[in-house]
Amino acid sequence: MNPAMTPVRRLLFWTLVAVLLLWVLLPIWLVAMGAFGGRAAVFQWPKSLLPASLSFDHMAAFLAVEGVANAFLNSVIAAAVTVVLSVALGAPAGYALARYAFRGADAFKLLVLLTRAFPLAILALPLAVGFIRIGLYDSPFGVALMHTVLALPFAVLVTQSLFMGIPRELEEAAWVFGCSPVQAFFRVVMPLALPGLAATAIFAFVISWNEVFAASVLTVRERTLTAYLLAVLSESPLHTRFAGGLLLILPSVLFVFAVRKWLFTVWGISGR
Amino acid sequence: MAPKPWVPYLLIAPAVLFLGALFLLPLVQTLVLSLQGEGGLSFANYARMLGDLNFADALRNTFLLTLVVVPVQIALALLMATMIARIGAGRDLVLWVWVIPLAISDLAAGLAWLAILQSTGYLNSVLFALGLLDGPTPWLTQETPVVLFIGIALAEIWRATAIVLVILVAGMQLIPKEFGEAAEVFGASPWQRFRRVTLPLLKPSIQSALILRTVLAFEVFAVVYALGGRNFPVLVGEAYVWQGENQNTGVAAAYAALIMLISMLATFVYLRVLRTPREQMA
Amino acid sequence: MADILIDRVAKSFGAARALAEVSLQVADGEFVALLGPSGCGKTTLLRIVAGLETASGGRVVIGGRDVGALPPRARGIAMVFQNYAVFPHMTVADNIGFGLRMQKRPVEEVARQVGRAAEMLRISHLLDRWPARLSGGQRQRVAVARALAVQPAVLLMDEPLSNLDALLRLEMRADLKAVLREAGTTTLYVTHDQTEAMGLADRIAVMHGGVIEQIGAPGAIYARPATRFVGGFLGSPPMNFLLCSASGGRAAIGDFALAAPQDGAVMLGLRAEDAVPVGAAEGIPFDVRVVEPMGAHLLLTGAVGDQPLRAIAPPDAAIAPGARIGLRPDPARLSWFDPETGRRLEAA
Repeated sequence: MNPAMTPVRRLLFWTLVAVLLLWVLLPIWLVAMGAFGGRAAVFQWPKSLLPASLSFDHMAAFLAVEGVANAFLNSVIAAAVTVVLSVALGAPAGYALARYAFRGADAFKLLVLLTRAFPLAILALPLAVGFIRIGLYDSPFGVALMHTVLALPFAVLVTQSLFMGIPRELEEAAWVFGCSPVQAFFRVVMPLALPGLAATAIFAFVISWNEVFAASVLTVRERTLTAYLLAVLSESPLHTRFAGGLLLILPSVLFVFAVRKWLFTVWGISGR
Repeated sequence: MAPKPWVPYLLIAPAVLFLGALFLLPLVQTLVLSLQGEGGLSFANYARMLGDLNFADALRNTFLLTLVVVPVQIALALLMATMIARIGAGRDLVLWVWVIPLAISDLAAGLAWLAILQSTGYLNSVLFALGLLDGPTPWLTQETPVVLFIGIALAEIWRATAIVLVILVAGMQLIPKEFGEAAEVFGASPWQRFRRVTLPLLKPSIQSALILRTVLAFEVFAVVYALGGRNFPVLVGEAYVWQGENQNTGVAAAYAALIMLISMLATFVYLRVLRTPREQMA
Repeated sequence: MADILIDRVAKSFGAARALAEVSLQVADGEFVALLGPSGCGKTTLLRIVAGLETASGGRVVIGGRDVGALPPRARGIAMVFQNYAVFPHMTVADNIGFGLRMQKRPVEEVARQVGRAAEMLRISHLLDRWPARLSGGQRQRVAVARALAVQPAVLLMDEPLSNLDALLRLEMRADLKAVLREAGTTTLYVTHDQTEAMGLADRIAVMHGGVIEQIGAPGAIYARPATRFVGGFLGSPPMNFLLCSASGGRAAIGDFALAAPQDGAVMLGLRAEDAVPVGAAEGIPFDVRVVEPMGAHLLLTGAVGDQPLRAIAPPDAAIAPGARIGLRPDPARLSWFDPETGRRLEAA
């Protein structure tokens, strides 16, 4: 806090802070009310800021709608596979960029950064054609492949800086004191990188969990939650939509809360 | 370590192969699909796209939305980032709440704003309480394009300012505090400090935020669908319709190719215009 | 225990030459310091011995075994790193026992060796701590204990004291010397600090530009530097160099003349403590510009003619800035160099 601020300016400052806090939180609060209030709350007029009746029945009813549970499951599968693929493919590449100077490193980095210049979800259109041919169409695994394209560049860049933050000397010390390079990686580098890798994994999960367009294009029956909601949007009642919206919001907000300490490391890097 | 020169190549190979197969190849395929006509190469798909009833609207809407949303997001995020820098106690809590939308899907963001903007929603309730409205009024229709546009823009600003904020705050953390303090010692006002010290040093972060946000803004889709359905055509939405309802991948690919072209041009322009000369790098 | 033979080891990074065919022998149990300014190749040489860097040519033999093709873990070495490289995710005890555990030694033996090494470095009370909670000096002790616990044939140390503050460095230096003497480990020690090298080493190899300029016992190198570089790098203040011309076996500096090893242009190397301040007419004429009282002596900075020079005087000497005094050198302690090559000239 700037000590030079006058009381009036301080009041203005904190009012603005509060307004911006409200700006972020209010829509979430209101969609939650819509989700828990059911049909009655949606058409209540005029509305109150506090719920008239709060019950989990409406949310439970939404979860029981045919297709919702399956869509939820598909979303979890797609996100989990995305996590595994993007870390498994991205971390070795990040390690190579962090530890080795090799011909082609710049070209590889350019390839990774090039993904930024394109709206990647659009690539689902040609991929749908290919996936039909090889039987990956309408499957959470196909969706996960597409989502890995979104999460992989991010995983490469974040793990690169993660590994650069682990002094090379620690690895060298491990080599000197009896480790093979592989042993050194798993005994020394891995334990130190683990929190950052976990954060990377969670962001990959959130990227997949939230993606709408590609998931919609790549599935017809085996919808992910986002694709399912989009598909039934026009014919479902408002309170169902709100319940779906809240179900989408909650896990990712909780996940990001769990790794909030890493938010800036992770996004700061990928934003550079 | 005795260097084994193939080790780094082995490590990047899976990522390279993956991006080759699922990024570069589909990129080319998009172009091929869009150029595939009845008998070989043709611009028929592009012709159909240009002749599409919704095309002009979609193009105009997408550009308008980008032109409004991105600058507001940058300005708002800059304001929030400078405020964060001045908060002492409670900084982490405020920051965390402000970046919550980062975790929220564009579809969910659209639905959240639907709760506010629908005809019996909270906005109308407030307007009613203020005596400005007689009863429930629909806003998200083709008859009220301006309100619909504003609603979509608000939802986009609400959702995606967080990512800009995070990039800017991360960038600000890289600026040594001494620069601002030095400027203060030499008598610069807070506004001058922001204008002459913070802003120029933040240029690389602003550049990457602009690229990221602009590319994603051309991709806007789910927010629009959640709020306005097809009442507000946008480019990606049209691609979705041609792919899904019309079962015409060729025209969808033409839309996709157009979106990619626009995104690439925007990225190129940002990289040129906001270039930081190497000798000025912090 | 083992000796080290470094035989014409060369290293280049692309076009840049880091080491030019360096040869060096370290006897069993000997402590050799590689001393030189940054970029002289000393760390590269150490890392080649460790196996962390590959030589472009030559061989490294440890205990009679050519280790060129062996990875670091198979070379029978231990190493202390400049930034300690203490594993942050292991306790002090686990750090010290790391090498032994990697060798799959029995648990009791690991415990015994860890206890012994910790005792030697006086950190027994820290064994359960995490490195994050240790001071720099304590971390340094953990790094040394970790290296000694494996009872290596050869101990390699890369600037181990450079990150400590001055007082701790002095204390750690003495401890290190005592511990290594007791252990009797063959040690190769890289440093840029000449007092450290002088104090610790049995022999010093002074490196410059990828070449070993001189190898010898600390006293010998100090008294009889083989090159102008070595003379200038060792000692504080550094050795003074005065260019003069000699004829008939006498070199003239102002009105003062000295016996010179050869005629023509010669360079006199004169250490500050090897010349006594006397009256202006009795020695090398020296114009004092700055006088700095250092406690034990006065440090005088000035010039002989237009050549800069530093000298010392007793703390109570009455010498004012601007004065001209004479410096009478001790003829037995002078060094002469060829101004062209920088090599030492021996008196005929």
